[in-house]
Amino acid sequence: MRFDAAGLRKEFPILSREFDGKRLVYLDNPATTQKPRAVIDAVSRFYEHSNANVHRGAYRLAEESTAAYEGAREKVRGFLNAASVEEIIFTRGATESINLVAYAWGRKHVAEGDEIVLTEMEHHSNLVPWQLLAQEKKAVLRFVPVENDGTIDVTRAAALITPRTRLVSMTQVSNVLGTINPVRRIAELARERGALLLVDGAQSVPHMAVDVRDIGCDFFVLSGHKMLAPTGIGALYVRKAVLETMPPFHGGGDMIRQVFLDHATWNDLPWKFEAGTPNFADAVGLAAAIDFLSAVGLDALQEHERALTGYAIGRLGEMAGVTLYGPRDVALRGGVVSFNVEGVHPHDLATILDRESAVAIRAGHHCAQPLMKRLNVAATARAGFYLYNVEEDIDRLVEGIHKAEEIFKT
Amino acid sequence: MSLEGLYQEIILDHYKAPRNRGSVENPDIDIFESNPLCGDEIRIQAKLDGRTIQDIRFEGKGCSISLASASMMTEALKGHAHDHAHKYIDGIKAMMHGEDKLNDEELGDMEALKGVADFPARVKCALLAWTTLEKALNDRAARKG
Repeated sequence: MRFDAAGLRKEFPILSREFDGKRLVYLDNPATTQKPRAVIDAVSRFYEHSNANVHRGAYRLAEESTAAYEGAREKVRGFLNAASVEEIIFTRGATESINLVAYAWGRKHVAEGDEIVLTEMEHHSNLVPWQLLAQEKKAVLRFVPVENDGTIDVTRAAALITPRTRLVSMTQVSNVLGTINPVRRIAELARERGALLLVDGAQSVPHMAVDVRDIGCDFFVLSGHKMLAPTGIGALYVRKAVLETMPPFHGGGDMIRQVFLDHATWNDLPWKFEAGTPNFADAVGLAAAIDFLSAVGLDALQEHERALTGYAIGRLGEMAGVTLYGPRDVALRGGVVSFNVEGVHPHDLATILDRESAVAIRAGHHCAQPLMKRLNVAATARAGFYLYNVEEDIDRLVEGIHKAEEIFKT
Repeated sequence: MSLEGLYQEIILDHYKAPRNRGSVENPDIDIFESNPLCGDEIRIQAKLDGRTIQDIRFEGKGCSISLASASMMTEALKGHAHDHAHKYIDGIKAMMHGEDKLNDEELGDMEALKGVADFPARVKCALLAWTTLEKALNDRAARKG
């Protein structure tokens, strides 16, 4: 059956917007995704119908909201195929999830001289928290290089992961290159050498089926807003044996069992890591987003994006002035395409695409400045696809690039 | 405002053939700044003679708006006094809010930057060179007490 992206688009109210009489073509999906009616309604319905603080009310409304919040946790567990809901912590997003690990796990388990292995393609959110930890602990950061084709070489990674390595942390899909990293193989390497593995799933879990037990990772992080859910809700998976060794992250209400004037004891997993009133309304939205994605089917979605990526690489690749970054083999990449147009700065391109063609793309360093240096560019333009994008969107992109070339022609 | 209002011939001309691009020997002002939003970079160097900007040059990586603006800035300020620089810095900043503080004669080529006010996402690009120079002048004034 053909993937009905145009039909799915109708479920997204914002995508009926027009600018200067042109249908909005939204290609900034790696930054954030649009929300289907089902998610917007789930959050509204929660506020209109079930809102009460969770875990403490002795009345039916609070029981309802607690059930909705914990139901969302079970939904995330199932989506990632984690063994238990005890392993699923709600956070504000992938960034907070990584900071939680760097703070609670890192400060306990990383000591002077220990090594943390990252890659050159990490988003700042999977780099800066480790810099902070390394500075505090006098630990050492090592980087798996990005090859010229935009991939990482497992052999070179293997050489960097040694008995001194405490943690390997890498993205599953690059937010710039689209590269899908071999995280399953990396998990084996890490395990053999006694290191743990964190997988940044911000760009993978919205677009492909993910199974944390199949990957064999110890930590996995995601952001809801990149997978149709509201902003401000995300999750952290931690394998239970690891989570049990971790002290709390934030202190406050809900994460405690007993509090005395001079000390406190901790709540059970996973609530020990969720201080304060959690973002239960948006967790309900995340659950609705997972239902939506599950109904679409992650494998069908990935195939759809792969076809669009192939089409985009084909169309852009035949333009003389366009430089493409990342793997050429669409089997090795997700639906993210970064490129540059000769003589046209990405910002100028983005402005022209917006005003001329109502096409929204990203221009800049994509929170990956070290990768920009590796690619030897100051910035790139980036188009990222999702379930509501169609080939015509890419035609509109190409048309806009032609217009930009015309404006900047020498 | 249309794209034509933003990408006027004069802007594209300064972008493709920037004036005063390069470095100054033994500069009295040497400042590097980047725009954290986009990674654009600029380095401005100037040679002063008393209160006069004897020479001013720039290097940078950036979009057409930021580089054209830097090019126009060096043209407008070379050979003029500090006070002149501050007047222009204020004038260009005001222009980004649609305010006219400088007349057409004072503006010259820079009149083409007026179109940027209609593209809020690009105002930072147009101002990068100006705010960077302002910082350098203020730092220098502070050092001198």
